Amino acid sequence: MIEIKDLTKAFGPFVAVDRISFGVRPGEVLGFLGPNGAGKSTTMKMITGFLTPTAGTVRVFGHDVVREPLKAKQLIGYLPEGAPAYGDMTPWQFLHFIAEVRGLRGEQRKQRVARVIDEVHLHEVLHQPIDTLSKGYKRRVGLAQAIVHEPQVLILDEPTDGLDPNQKQEVRDLIQRMGKDRIIIVSTHILEEVDAVCSRAVIIARGKVVADATPAELETRSIYHGAVTLQLDAVAEAAEALRALPGVAEVRIDSVAGQVTAFPRDGADLLAEAERLSGERGWVVKQIYRERGRLDDVFRRITTQEAA
Amino acid sequence: MNQVWTLFKRELGGYFATPVAYVFIVIFLMLSGAFTFFVGRWYEQGQADLANFFVFHPWLYLFLVPAIAMRLWAEERKSGTVELLLTLPVTTTQAVLGKFLAAWAFIGIALVLTFPIWITVNYLGSPDNGAILAAYIGSLLMSGAFLAVGACISGATKSQVLAFIVSVVLCLLFVLAGFPLVTGFLSGWAPGWLIELVSSLSFYTHFQAISRGVLDLRDLVYFLSVIVIWLLANVLVVDMKKAA
Repeated sequence: MIEIKDLTKAFGPFVAVDRISFGVRPGEVLGFLGPNGAGKSTTMKMITGFLTPTAGTVRVFGHDVVREPLKAKQLIGYLPEGAPAYGDMTPWQFLHFIAEVRGLRGEQRKQRVARVIDEVHLHEVLHQPIDTLSKGYKRRVGLAQAIVHEPQVLILDEPTDGLDPNQKQEVRDLIQRMGKDRIIIVSTHILEEVDAVCSRAVIIARGKVVADATPAELETRSIYHGAVTLQLDAVAEAAEALRALPGVAEVRIDSVAGQVTAFPRDGADLLAEAERLSGERGWVVKQIYRERGRLDDVFRRITTQEAA
Repeated sequence: MNQVWTLFKRELGGYFATPVAYVFIVIFLMLSGAFTFFVGRWYEQGQADLANFFVFHPWLYLFLVPAIAMRLWAEERKSGTVELLLTLPVTTTQAVLGKFLAAWAFIGIALVLTFPIWITVNYLGSPDNGAILAAYIGSLLMSGAFLAVGACISGATKSQVLAFIVSVVLCLLFVLAGFPLVTGFLSGWAPGWLIELVSSLSFYTHFQAISRGVLDLRDLVYFLSVIVIWLLANVLVVDMKKAA
């Protein structure tokens, strides 16, 4: 259980994080979203005890991060932004070092290190200095050190940033595997990732929480939620007909793709209507679908709202 | 203590993973040899002691120790590993101690590697080996004082160059505190006790007796307190950076 209450961080006159409060329970994978500079990393640095909050508290399973830092830190695995690691060490040395600091000894340490090496596939580069590794491998080393002590809480600051699609998928699989009985907080600005791995999304902008919901709930806030798109030749005619429907708020035409999109009014279900219409008029419809909503659209609206 | 030991091992291993350690040791040995023989004219003097070897140590440490100390924290801040280090279950004091002790041990290794000169002096004459041992201990303590100053400064910045320059200047002040350059500057206006105090803070004054092999408890206490005070400052600086 992580309880964050009125967490605030000010750098001089600039308030980076402004009275943030939320809680996370085991089993939750929390996607922490926000534009660059919104305070995501700063918040994570306070949860992990790297930065001291200006005000407010963070409690990790009851341990206040400021008052009982060692107890809290022992429960947390942390991948800082950019996955920093001691470049002159090899992954093998580095992971043993981290495991030792984490209090793992003897046979247990060997086993855990061997297991994370398996888990993130580091065998090929085990004895090369970390400085000489590719970005993907460095990231994996960073992940490995974060999970070597099987922490209750895993905090990952942009874990897939700069990885190729295969590597991203691997990291997501890992997060999903680990997320079953722990607390995971992942910051990202890749929205598909939120859909793929997170059970909950917290969006912050200018240091404040502007949304806290499941990805599905967020999608319903999108203007695309329930929007129906038809791909057909008779674009103009279809647009005209759709616009006349009572449940349609707006119709947009994409003449390049040959698509018409109708946006619903008051959550009206347009799919059946559109299908009926196309049957009546005898349009040759190549494709017809209803959207769940677009996170990027929601993200853009709620993170720019206040500024406007 | 376990954590300090773990950090100590990593830090000390880090020196030997890169050429830094070897370059440092070679330069330290060459310079200490050059000073002793060419500036100190140790051979021509015909005395079976190492006073002319030890007397140059403050000047040697003035540049070489800040070069070791500058990377202690600044490098970690630059590369971001400080975030890793300070979110591991270690206290700031443990991190400061682990780093300091590893660097100190490294300087100790360099110092021990000057042993050929000890063999030489024993071959050429019969020196007072107790005095030589005392001087070695004193020299190591003084290097710790230089190192503690440098470590603290390194904790305040992410620029190694800045850390180096500021440390050298601070250490120079500590060395020169007993010299006319500094006391003369004060003598016109400062009260006598202040001049006394400042000159009593000089690394050089405290090391002079030691370099001749006189290990006075007051000098030991002096260097140890300098180390402790600057390391406490180091802990404060690192903690202040977290709260900044």
